[in-house]
Amino acid sequence: MNPTRIEKRFTELRARGEKGFVAYITAGDPDLDATVERVRLLEELGADVVELGIPFSDPLADGIANQRAAERALSGGATLDGILRAVERIREFSEIPLVFFSYLNPLFARGFDKAADLAAAAGVDGMLLVDMCLEESEPFQNILKSRGLDHVVLVTPTTPEARVEGLVSKGSGFVYCVSRAGVTGEQSELQRDAREVLERTGRHTDLPRALGFGVSTPEQAAAYAAMCEAVVVGSFLVNTFHEAGNSPAGLKAASSKIKPLIQAVKGI
Amino acid sequence: MTTAATPSFTSQPDAGGHFGPYGGMFVPEILVHPLQELTRAYLKVREDEGFQKELADLLNEYVGRPTSLYYAKRMSEALGGAKIYLKREDLCHTGAHKINNSLGQVLLARRMGKTRIIAETGAGQHGVATATVSAMFGLECVVYMGEVDMKRQALNVYRMRRLGAKVVGVTAGQKTLKEAISEAMRDWVTNIENTHYIIGSALGAHPYPMMVRDFQSVIGKEARRQILEREGKLPDHLVACVGGGSNAIGLFYPFLGDEGVKMTGVEAGGLGSGLGEHAARFNGGSLGILQGTKTYVLQDAEGQISLTHSVSAGLDYAAVGPEHAWLKDLGRVEYTSVEDQVAVDALSELSRLEGILPALETAHAVAHAMQIAPKMGKDQIVIINCSGRGDKDVQELAAWEARQAGKKESEL
Repeated sequence: MNPTRIEKRFTELRARGEKGFVAYITAGDPDLDATVERVRLLEELGADVVELGIPFSDPLADGIANQRAAERALSGGATLDGILRAVERIREFSEIPLVFFSYLNPLFARGFDKAADLAAAAGVDGMLLVDMCLEESEPFQNILKSRGLDHVVLVTPTTPEARVEGLVSKGSGFVYCVSRAGVTGEQSELQRDAREVLERTGRHTDLPRALGFGVSTPEQAAAYAAMCEAVVVGSFLVNTFHEAGNSPAGLKAASSKIKPLIQAVKGI
Repeated sequence: MTTAATPSFTSQPDAGGHFGPYGGMFVPEILVHPLQELTRAYLKVREDEGFQKELADLLNEYVGRPTSLYYAKRMSEALGGAKIYLKREDLCHTGAHKINNSLGQVLLARRMGKTRIIAETGAGQHGVATATVSAMFGLECVVYMGEVDMKRQALNVYRMRRLGAKVVGVTAGQKTLKEAISEAMRDWVTNIENTHYIIGSALGAHPYPMMVRDFQSVIGKEARRQILEREGKLPDHLVACVGGGSNAIGLFYPFLGDEGVKMTGVEAGGLGSGLGEHAARFNGGSLGILQGTKTYVLQDAEGQISLTHSVSAGLDYAAVGPEHAWLKDLGRVEYTSVEDQVAVDALSELSRLEGILPALETAHAVAHAMQIAPKMGKDQIVIINCSGRGDKDVQELAAWEARQAGKKESEL
């Protein structure tokens, strides 16, 4: 099978000796035009991968920033079809790798195989399924694989070494390493858990490791980047975009806050 | 009549927590290992005589078990059909069946070395039960409760606080049980090392549906023994209300192998059959994945979870326990629903005829029993799970009556 956009991007980064920046935003927050413009901006600023959160009414793994973003997206009328159309619009101007970050139910409701078909056709490169555990993953895994979609798996501080091997063997694209126990959200200090999660993961895979949860300053971003192959920033971007609004001036203000984080990662 | 248990009905869940195509463990990776540890710990104490004796002693001495199986003579006569028995879970300490599970889980948490207990609550009965057993063992307790429920179950909020628990209001979404569960899970993933999450119903990820069912099965085990002693035969029909479904599965489970015993679970019919007006998952719901489990869920075409409504805070959950989904598919248990007003009327009838004021949740089961009993023979027997008492609902009932009176006036 041909390498996916995600694989290609990480191969390029590795060749350049550069760290990756993975950005998360909630699709449809507050509308899909904003999503397209934010992806455009993130790419211009140097992001390597964008995770598009599929809004869900009951996001139990998310902290308050992403919960509110999902509420805004749903009240703004975001649907799976609308998000797919936004992806097609992004593909008119960009080859940036795109990952659907989703709870199972919004995809399951469509029929997971159908949802995967549509996502692949629109130009999505991979999926991260928040509430799908390894033990339940086989049918979903097979569907992703047959559509050429990467399957981004998570390794967390509570994942024992014995599970890591099974998890990463199912994964492709990159591995999302969760730096601390808890839900998504910004936080002020780095946790020692992060290094352990990265080491545990690295012992079982050569896939790039993207470390995330709680990154909100350039210092944190740089410290994370020094330990692994990529850094994921989510809630900080969601909050920054939300506070700045969607006017050209707002986007400019947001970009001046986001740029230092990306530069910090790229400077390592 | 007393046929041995048919393995096909009681053989589930499998090792992964599946009840046929339902159940399982659909949770973020961060929760998988803690849930697997919990499963191992639970399976160990399930076979541990010391644990089971400690639980049985506390159920007897602290909770007040066995609860009575009461023959509702006046109600039976008024309906003119089957003999109606009430399994009096309302007589449990704290006023509902919920404490059977809270007590079992708190003992398990202690064995696992956990020092902090969290819970979600809808009607507040599970929160009160959990606050109670936490107080008894001197454990820190935090209860998550939707703000709408805090308002309509204010008495229980007050009780929990008196018992030393911290009650945290949840403002997301519909501000009821579903949101409280999500918030409790967020707490749990953040404090997993010292905290045990006591889920109050037979829902969520494995091992909860199995574990809660097992702890609640004391209801059906007692009822089966009591009715055989009293009547020398098994009942014809069991009736229980179904929110998540813990009181229902607790009564039904020990009878599943008794072929002649019919069973009906009663969901909240709310104000009508439109999406958002009720919480009857088996009448408008579809297969979905919510809060850890695969089951019937009230949702829209986009897989977004629907709003629900019921006069009773304990029944308005958008998903149903996975074992109930399976028992419905097998045809072993029938499910029906009862609308708000019908439940309120049944509550009044039971109060007037028997001097027993049931919880609004329970009133749904009473209402259905009142519908079927007149069509049955006088030698037939119905057991209603009288899952809780209605003291907590008095304010809500008064408000309901005032609203109905207002509606009538405006119609004139």
